[in-house]
Amino acid sequence: MTEEIIIAGFGGQGVLSMGKILAYSGVMQNQEVSWMPAYGPEMRGGTANVTVILSDEKVSSPILHEYDTAIVLNQQSMNKFEKAVKPGGILLFDPNGITTPPTRTDINIYKIEGTAEAANMGNPKTFNMIILGAYLKLKPIIKMENVEKGLQNSLPERHHKLIPLNLKAIDMGMEKVEKFSLQ
Amino acid sequence: MGELKLMKGNEVIAEAAIRCGCDGYFGYPITPQSEIMEYLALREPWKETGMVFLQAESEVAAINMIYGGASCGKRVMTTSSSPGMSLMMEGLSYIAGAELPCVIVNIVRGGPGLGTIQPSQADYNQATKGGGHGDYQSIVLAPATVQEMYDFVELSFDLAFKYRIPAIILSDGVIGQMMEKVTLGEFKPRWTAEQIEQMSGSWATTGMKGRKMNVTTSLRLQSEDLEKHNNNLQAKYRTIEKEEVRFDEYMTDDAEYILVAYGSSARICHKTVELAREKGLKVGLLRPITVWPYPTKRLQELAQKAKGMMAVEMSAGQMFIDLKLAVNGKTPVEYYGRMGGMVPSPSEVLGALEKQLIGGANNE
Repeated sequence: MTEEIIIAGFGGQGVLSMGKILAYSGVMQNQEVSWMPAYGPEMRGGTANVTVILSDEKVSSPILHEYDTAIVLNQQSMNKFEKAVKPGGILLFDPNGITTPPTRTDINIYKIEGTAEAANMGNPKTFNMIILGAYLKLKPIIKMENVEKGLQNSLPERHHKLIPLNLKAIDMGMEKVEKFSLQ
Repeated sequence: MGELKLMKGNEVIAEAAIRCGCDGYFGYPITPQSEIMEYLALREPWKETGMVFLQAESEVAAINMIYGGASCGKRVMTTSSSPGMSLMMEGLSYIAGAELPCVIVNIVRGGPGLGTIQPSQADYNQATKGGGHGDYQSIVLAPATVQEMYDFVELSFDLAFKYRIPAIILSDGVIGQMMEKVTLGEFKPRWTAEQIEQMSGSWATTGMKGRKMNVTTSLRLQSEDLEKHNNNLQAKYRTIEKEEVRFDEYMTDDAEYILVAYGSSARICHKTVELAREKGLKVGLLRPITVWPYPTKRLQELAQKAKGMMAVEMSAGQMFIDLKLAVNGKTPVEYYGRMGGMVPSPSEVLGALEKQLIGGANNE
């Protein structure tokens, strides 16, 4: 199994930390992983993205130009990464702020109202875990016990009291993710 | 068994330095390697091992602090990225001239000039052909994984002291910024004053204590002396070329076409080999681990049976020249690369290989 993922959105949405938690969860499941952030001028422009690869075998190239799954959290990222999903792959997005919805018919498109659900939960910082939950529902490649271990390892000790809230947000994402039907 | 962690390449360089008994780090921040200094500042190694950590006022100051520390037989290192490395070249030449050991890490970014902070391999010539003035070499290791970033710090110190030569870890923004699994080794104590005396007492300026005076200098005004010194340096370089070549191969056994790439380009080419094999093309990869000394002999062997070879690098073909010299016309050699911070994709490399080499061979 090799899963190649791009997660892209605004800085501050928790894109990089979501990728880190996913990668750490893979480590806890004895997978080979790589986590490669965009650190260049695109970051200065307010957008952030990270490539995460989880595999049963050694990861070859950490930089990719097409992906099994794209998780897209703003319009700029939609413009850039909808076309980078492999045919038959998954595009997961949050409709908040999306003015031009995806149009491809050769991929599987799902939406998760992450921004809205995070507001419902009373904590906007749970946003990225809701998205992670939605992803794990679509691609259950990591056992929940390993996701929990991933959270423990990637969050500093002082934030461990927030792990139950994060797990609740993951459950919420799993529950709320739905198939997106093209207009 | 060491500790398994998920860490950035840059962070791993810092942790490796602490764990392998480095005495001092002197540096100046620059993207994309600032995490090395940030990590050390946060980690406060001076409390744990006594390792000195100092942010110098400039790269010029940092390399001269390395010169001073190395003169005393201490295990010292600095890190920088391309523009900062250029500033260090005068000091590096002095250190090479004075035959001192040190470790220097270059997390290469796009140039020339201030260029970009994005990954590049365009400092290959600077690292492998001396870089500063005069006839000198540094041993240059090119890690392709975060684990190698860890392992090569201690290896660099060992080689630097074995040959009294600067050792450079030539990496780039890809390997520096990415996170992978890494197994951290055991802590090794820093050398004691007695150990330094024992290891390096014949040359290090540790205080005379009844023995003859040791002098470290790169100044030799008598031409006869300086030529003799140069001949000694050259003899040392020939020994290193014989003893210290390191490389890795992937699917070269039956390969008709061989990609040659180091560092992050080798990771990309590894994937290119996978894609090529899926198409039934017999492609392999030779990855120089030491880019100086270069794996010339092994490439000569592979050239005997290969239908062609292609250098893939994020520069205008700097390593390509070493490949051409090694192959010496035995088989066709091509180059494919990107510049300015652009990173080629595995399929792009495959396309270039098919167009420039495989297609070309079939047309003959």
